[in-house]
Amino acid sequence: MPGAIYAEGLVKTFGDVRALDGVDLDVPEGTVLGLLGPNGAGKTTAVRCLTTLLRPDSGKAVVAGVDVLRQPDQVRRSIGLSGQFAAVDEYLTGRENLQMVGRLYQMPGRAAKARAAELLEQFHLADAADRPAKTYSGGMRRRLDLAAALVVSPPVMFMDEPTTGLDPRNRQQLWEVIKQLVSGGTTLLLTTQYLEEADHLAHEIAVVDHGRVIARGTSDQLKARTGGERVEVVVHERGHIATASQVLRGFGKGETTVEDHTRKLTVPVTGGAKLLAEVIRELDSRGIEIDDIGLRRPTLDDVFLSLTGHAAETEEQTGADGEGDAGPKDRRPKKETVK
Amino acid sequence: MSAVSDSLVIAQRNLIRMGRIPEMIIFGLIQPIMFVVLFTYVFGGSIQVGSSSSTQDYREFLMAGIFAQTVTFATAGAGAGIADDMHKGLIDRFRSLPMARGAVLTGRTMADLVQTTLTLVVLAVVALIVGWRTHENFAKVLAGFAVLLLLGYAFSWIGALIGLSVRTPEAATSGGLIWLFPLTFISNAFVDANQMPAFLRHIAEWNPFSATVQACRELFGNLPPGFKTPDAWPMQHPVWASLIWSVLIIAVFRTLAVRKYRSATA
Repeated sequence: MPGAIYAEGLVKTFGDVRALDGVDLDVPEGTVLGLLGPNGAGKTTAVRCLTTLLRPDSGKAVVAGVDVLRQPDQVRRSIGLSGQFAAVDEYLTGRENLQMVGRLYQMPGRAAKARAAELLEQFHLADAADRPAKTYSGGMRRRLDLAAALVVSPPVMFMDEPTTGLDPRNRQQLWEVIKQLVSGGTTLLLTTQYLEEADHLAHEIAVVDHGRVIARGTSDQLKARTGGERVEVVVHERGHIATASQVLRGFGKGETTVEDHTRKLTVPVTGGAKLLAEVIRELDSRGIEIDDIGLRRPTLDDVFLSLTGHAAETEEQTGADGEGDAGPKDRRPKKETVK
Repeated sequence: MSAVSDSLVIAQRNLIRMGRIPEMIIFGLIQPIMFVVLFTYVFGGSIQVGSSSSTQDYREFLMAGIFAQTVTFATAGAGAGIADDMHKGLIDRFRSLPMARGAVLTGRTMADLVQTTLTLVVLAVVALIVGWRTHENFAKVLAGFAVLLLLGYAFSWIGALIGLSVRTPEAATSGGLIWLFPLTFISNAFVDANQMPAFLRHIAEWNPFSATVQACRELFGNLPPGFKTPDAWPMQHPVWASLIWSVLIIAVFRTLAVRKYRSATA
């Protein structure tokens, strides 16, 4: 039986850019799928197709048991969408925004009013409830946007980069809210560029690049794919990088990566703490002074790098702009080999 | 019906916004008031209408033109508002809700109609102050304003389509205004079209905008002495012509705008 969110072979092209190049998704009821990828990977386009905002060129999508392409109106009754732009009316107060959304979900006036008050309380916006939203901070606006998506407690939620641009404290707060929501049984599809966020919130992660899902699994499964643990060394002097690299090569089970500006060297290893001690002794005997050394489990950043061949944060991208997600023309789709 | 209630919810939302951005209404008033004052006092004595060169006759002749021009500016308001909603992601929010299709646009154009009404009231008061008078019964005068408002409502649907078609609110404002100048000037709004060269005169006589102006002049009793009504059908039957044009504009542009809305992407 397909999950609460199901997609098969979704394709969407904008001009000659294939924003979605055959995306398959299956999110079981009550779980969270993290759609992880850089700007331009196709995450937003996927969300827009699943939330009836965009019609895919081909493929199939079923949300909450309803065919998205055949019965979009029916789907809209069962979903909540919270975007990366905090889509609230800035001249309306928080309360007015939520009441308006309630009315548009066909709630009677009184019910919409009561629900708005409840959500304002729940999202710690009660004090600011009667101020226009344009006086809100970034974090407050996101919370209001999220509250707006939750007015009818939809069984299926979509959040497109819910914490992009938020400071760490606000991000943490929003994570708590999202966790509460999911513990109540809501099925959630969440897109993010933050590996930490997917790691933190999602039961399963789908890594998206160039409009297709290139890997999926739990965070642990994905980490296991990149190999096990690794030794990370920060040498004190830049001049020692070459020698240290040579030493690590002797112990490593794979390629040593070097970050020149931070003087950090990383190499995959097996052998745990015992091996670490050996590495330290060897470095010491060669007279290499070290600032930091440790045994690290792979982060999702490592996963991303090993899967896509490029880092998760792609600097040349257009930023948090919706158009960026269509993918710049110079990023040709290429097949990645997953080991 | 959810189509009606959704439209009302959106209209209410836009009216609350307008109340919180009063400068938009004020700026919307400055231009027509300026036109009233400038045309009355600068051109008033030198423009001949019908067989009259009296300032008072021109003053009365002029007001229907300025009223009509003012209601067409609703185009820019609707366009800019909808482009702004697209830009801010609100249209995405609305499109993801189980709303009646078209309600976002209908609600916006309804709110614009309220704003246009307010603008017309203020403008009519200013017009009365500078000496404009009507010479028909009250029902006819009201009918004149109704014809004006219907035209304004029709034009806000053109604005809605423009707003959905451009990328920024700024583009919607200028895109909503720029073509209004030739439209309103190649018409009978400010001068007696009988005095135009033949080819312009034909355009002016069939201009949808002219029909409304002519209808108002008849309903207000503001046709100057010795004015010869042109033979063109819309000028002979201006009230009907105005209604037909407005309904036609609504039918065409509403259809196009709603279709565009359904596929709109920010």
